[in-house]
Amino acid sequence: MTEQNTPLVEMKNISISFGGIHAVENASVDLFPGEVVALLGHNGAGKSTLIKVLSGAYKRDNGEIMINGETVDIRNPRDAKKYGIETIYQTLAVADNVDAAANLYLGRELQTKWGTLDDVAMEASTREVMGRLNPNFKRFKEPVKALSGGQRQSVAIARAILFDARILIMDEPTAALGPQETAQVGDLIKQLKREGIGIFLISHDIHDVFDLADRVFVMKNGKVVGHARTEDVTKDEVLGMIILGKVPPGATPGPGAMKVA
Amino acid sequence: MAETIQSTTNSKTSGAAGQAEGNFVARFFRATEIDTRMLGMIGALLIIWVGFHILTGGFFTDEGGLFLTPRNLWNLSVQTASVAVMATGMVLIIVTRNIDLSVGSVLGFTGMIMGVLQSRLLPELLGFDHPAIWIVALACGMLIGGLIGALHGVIIAFMGVPSFIVTLGGLLIWRGATWFVTSGQTVAPMDVNFRLMGGGTEGSIGATWSWVLGVIACLAIIAAIVNARHQRKRFHFPRRPVWAEYVLVALGCIVVLGAVYIANDYPWPEAIARRYAEANNIAWPEGGLFISQGIAIPVLMAIAVGIVMTFIATRLRFGRYVFAIGGNPEAAELAGIKTRWVTVKIFALMGMLCAIAAAISTARLNAATNAQGELDELYTIAAAVIGGTSLAGGMGSIAGAMLGALVMQSLQSGMVLLGIDSPFQRIVVGMVLVTAVWLDTVYRSRAK
Repeated sequence: MTEQNTPLVEMKNISISFGGIHAVENASVDLFPGEVVALLGHNGAGKSTLIKVLSGAYKRDNGEIMINGETVDIRNPRDAKKYGIETIYQTLAVADNVDAAANLYLGRELQTKWGTLDDVAMEASTREVMGRLNPNFKRFKEPVKALSGGQRQSVAIARAILFDARILIMDEPTAALGPQETAQVGDLIKQLKREGIGIFLISHDIHDVFDLADRVFVMKNGKVVGHARTEDVTKDEVLGMIILGKVPPGATPGPGAMKVA
Repeated sequence: MAETIQSTTNSKTSGAAGQAEGNFVARFFRATEIDTRMLGMIGALLIIWVGFHILTGGFFTDEGGLFLTPRNLWNLSVQTASVAVMATGMVLIIVTRNIDLSVGSVLGFTGMIMGVLQSRLLPELLGFDHPAIWIVALACGMLIGGLIGALHGVIIAFMGVPSFIVTLGGLLIWRGATWFVTSGQTVAPMDVNFRLMGGGTEGSIGATWSWVLGVIACLAIIAAIVNARHQRKRFHFPRRPVWAEYVLVALGCIVVLGAVYIANDYPWPEAIARRYAEANNIAWPEGGLFISQGIAIPVLMAIAVGIVMTFIATRLRFGRYVFAIGGNPEAAELAGIKTRWVTVKIFALMGMLCAIAAAISTARLNAATNAQGELDELYTIAAAVIGGTSLAGGMGSIAGAMLGALVMQSLQSGMVLLGIDSPFQRIVVGMVLVTAVWLDTVYRSRAK
């Protein structure tokens, strides 16, 4: 699928700085339909910042975002959702004082013809989506804060896929989960991939994502070190990219690659 | 030795009995799904009422107490109305992790504007005692209150000044502005129709209409419970046992009809009744004429505001956003909610509620003064917090806040009946506030 000509998402030469510090500098990444791209790097390498530009949480200083080859203007999370970009944040970003249905539909509530909340309809479709995702989930009436980490994670994922996302961004999707729940998320990613959704996985731990990803982009100090197809490189080589910025022969170097003397 | 054994077995059996009883009580609350927190507050309210009744000579002396009399309870309901109206808005503000210290001053300012409108400007335009004066004055007051609130909201949400500071400034600014409207003069009297919003003999709806409203309220309670049961059945959610439903209906109806009965048990003062009798050519009977006050209009206004605000908070998108922002502002923003606009709307709503409260309190005083609403911000915040609104955000209920307002007012009015000096009243109210929040903290940490 990676051979297709037009990428689903193309972020070109993105830069963003906070108070004179370049959090992301001249970074370019792309993503094709049905592809899983891992974005790797140390804490503070700029991967979350770069992806927040795509999800509308931050506004870029420079650069261009193209969806299906067309330049788009993403200024806030609402714009991003309009283009089918859904994000699952590292912090899960759920309002934990309201129940699962309220969280799934947060900002996009269904309303009755009198303009009141249609709680019944929202809960019905919440039950349907959660049934597909996590059949053991039964606690629909309780505030999300009463749920376990894995259950909260499924609420966050359900929210993202409920609205026919085409592009899914997962920031440290398994950071808060146990081994069994991590495996579940892995299965879910494969399922979504088959449905033709493009997925960005962000992680500082290569073991979490290497086997799931088709390609990896490595960032260091706000710059892209390089990218490679996972079949062309080994885990150790990718680790070298993360730690030293050393680009192996199987990878394409980026602006952040270590200069070979 | 034998005695010790005896006493241990005794305490054991009594302990077991206590546990069984606790189980029954627990089962009762689980079945009826009554919020124990709310129940605690009602319990506290009853303790305050009964306590003051005994302290003023009730139950154990021949004179009879002063607190649990139709007259005092009726007055209590009217006195609570103004702060209760503002407390409903304060809940939404505190739920979003903000605070509004300016409500007393905004009440004073909008009250003064409405006073000047109805006693000086509108009579010139429309004619003295024109029936439209009260509604024009109230609408203008609500508009100005809404604009003031929106201004606060814009500064808080878009300019990033903390709400504490913005409304602290507002507290000073609007109190000062109140003075400038009339250069400090008190405005009186109010328009004859406007005055009805303050209660009093004319501002009450009488026995018949009170009973009519009481019965309508009972039917509404029954309809609500039947509907809720029907909805749960449709979606296969667990239902309450039938007996619990009956208990709830009975409790609701007893409270409503009891309140109506008490309001109707408070007659017009003799002088007014005598004047009324003369005007209507009714012979003055020997035992005096008993004309019921019925429920006061400000109380009905407060209840209506409570219902509307509960609807806004629980049934509309806006209310959902308010609670989501309170629970996790970042998540709400990332979910695409225009959090800043929601903040502006909340403060605008608060401003409008201040104007309604101002109408009630100026109408009741039959005057708009410079000092109107002083310290009301603190009573309003205290009512919301005692009513279970968490200052950490995300939690609170409108009904709780209104009940909180009633608790505050009961304390005040009870101490007035006891003849306690006002400095000491403040000390007590302050201590009660701190204690209530401490108890609430303990309760919440246990609930987790």
